[in-house]
Amino acid sequence: MSVIACASGKGGTGKTTVATNLARLLSANAEVHLLDCDVEGPNDHLFFDFDPTEQEPVEVPLPKVDLERCDGCGVCSDACTFNAISVLGEKVLVFPELCHSCGVCAYVCPRDAVSEEPRTIGVLTHASEGTMIFTGGELFPGEPLAPPIIQAVKKTISPGNITLIDAAPGTSCPTVEAIHGADFCVLVTEPTAFGLGDLQMAVGMGRRLGVPLGIVINRCNLGDDRVEAYCHEEALPILARFPLDLDLARCYARGALVVDHSEDWRDRFRQLGNAIKHGLKGGG
Amino acid sequence: MRQLVVLSGKGGTGKTSITASFATLSKDALVVADCDVDAPDLHFLLAPEIQEEHPFVASGLPEIDGRKCIACGRCIQFCRFDAIYFDYQIDDIACEGCGLCAHVCPEAAITMRPKVSGHWYESMTAYGPMVHARLDFGEGNSGKLVTQVKEQGRKIAEASNRHLLLIDGPAGTGCPVIAALSGATEALLVAEPSISGLHDLKKIVAVCRHFDVPVGICINRHDIDSTYTECIQSMADMESIPVVGHVPYDENVTWAQLEGQTIVNYDEGPAATAIRTLWAALSNGELEAT
Repeated sequence: MSVIACASGKGGTGKTTVATNLARLLSANAEVHLLDCDVEGPNDHLFFDFDPTEQEPVEVPLPKVDLERCDGCGVCSDACTFNAISVLGEKVLVFPELCHSCGVCAYVCPRDAVSEEPRTIGVLTHASEGTMIFTGGELFPGEPLAPPIIQAVKKTISPGNITLIDAAPGTSCPTVEAIHGADFCVLVTEPTAFGLGDLQMAVGMGRRLGVPLGIVINRCNLGDDRVEAYCHEEALPILARFPLDLDLARCYARGALVVDHSEDWRDRFRQLGNAIKHGLKGGG
Repeated sequence: MRQLVVLSGKGGTGKTSITASFATLSKDALVVADCDVDAPDLHFLLAPEIQEEHPFVASGLPEIDGRKCIACGRCIQFCRFDAIYFDYQIDDIACEGCGLCAHVCPEAAITMRPKVSGHWYESMTAYGPMVHARLDFGEGNSGKLVTQVKEQGRKIAEASNRHLLLIDGPAGTGCPVIAALSGATEALLVAEPSISGLHDLKKIVAVCRHFDVPVGICINRHDIDSTYTECIQSMADMESIPVVGHVPYDENVTWAQLEGQTIVNYDEGPAATAIRTLWAALSNGELEAT
């Protein structure tokens, strides 16, 4: 039905809080699919009692050189823009962490000596709880490339559900990969210098991707009006203003969902849900 | 030369506020590099004056010559990033710049053109030299830009006889983090006492171990949750990692930030005091020795 992404330039502004609580609230009346696309620091699963869970590896192709056929011509290493393959005398070194799995080396090899074999760089986790389905991705520590994991998570999106995506912080490849193609993107920020600076970059990214945007100002009482003024200038809809609140902070710290514990917060998230629906219809 | 990188796994734990405070306290003895290139914030606290600006060119973008193109579709078929549309327009966000399209084109209609995807800056602050950068909206190659910033920082430090490069790292564990960590002599991990904070801390510890970089932990806002502060402490004990700092929650860190100041310049409250103590230990090389 609709794909809603939660992102932010700055980390620690409350993306996960928004995505998980919204998922819980919306799943009371509809099938919700929550995707954890913050694959370098996936935390959504900590807030639910998923059981049982199922895991599958995420693989990317990595070049493998047949030294019987290779004559050390070096065409592969000249063609590789990522410096992931290099020829030293009779040896060919492949650097898996630099490889983007583009396939150039295999294509250009004049002796057909380069093939590709799968390499595991992370895992997908599938789980469910009532009317909520969950898919999370996790990049193994030491692995650099998050986008293939995020793509694998997003391949599980099925039409008919409400899909909520929790994206990685920042405005570079992993964040872009997560929100690309979404119907709406909620940018969570805070009313501070860092919050505004990073929000401006996130808005630039969202607009470049052509995704409609709405803003949530978290900890709205700890800061000033610079983010409000920016949103006003840029005609960005402010979907919600969440106060700094001890109940919320405590729930978050312990891995609980504040909408399960507080009527006030249920109301706030209900209003946020409505504001997003309004935004999806092009009202925002 | 010492290369101290400040990391956290989880975003928003206080890396930048702490790094900027260190730079302020160092009294011009170090070079600072902001390696969080897709969400850079250090400049808000250190007010750098830009002395040199450089374009960042990391990869090429294909350009299709419409006069030569016979619309055979080979480039579209071979591209693994779905970066060429059916009308032969390039999706410059999806394109990774690998150049396979140029190799497969039978008419040699595709040329790879260098693409500027950000800028990096050599600057001066009231506390010494600073190198920082800004990736253009939604661009890739953040790892290469991090490497560029860090290398320049190292060169400036060497040339000016400063013995410490202080690096404000990005969140996460992926390519820009690995780029910031490479060559580091030590890493300070800023952790937040929450279930997510602990989970992400374990991940960044694993990354640092993978690259053999000695680590120390600073628990920021430690008094927000004593249970998770204890969890972090026992995890550190089990892994034989020193907990070198406990910084209490202090609203003034935010108010200082709003005024463009570091907390150590703003007041002498609880957070400022704790950060001063932490810096005194770190500037003596406490992490390196562990």
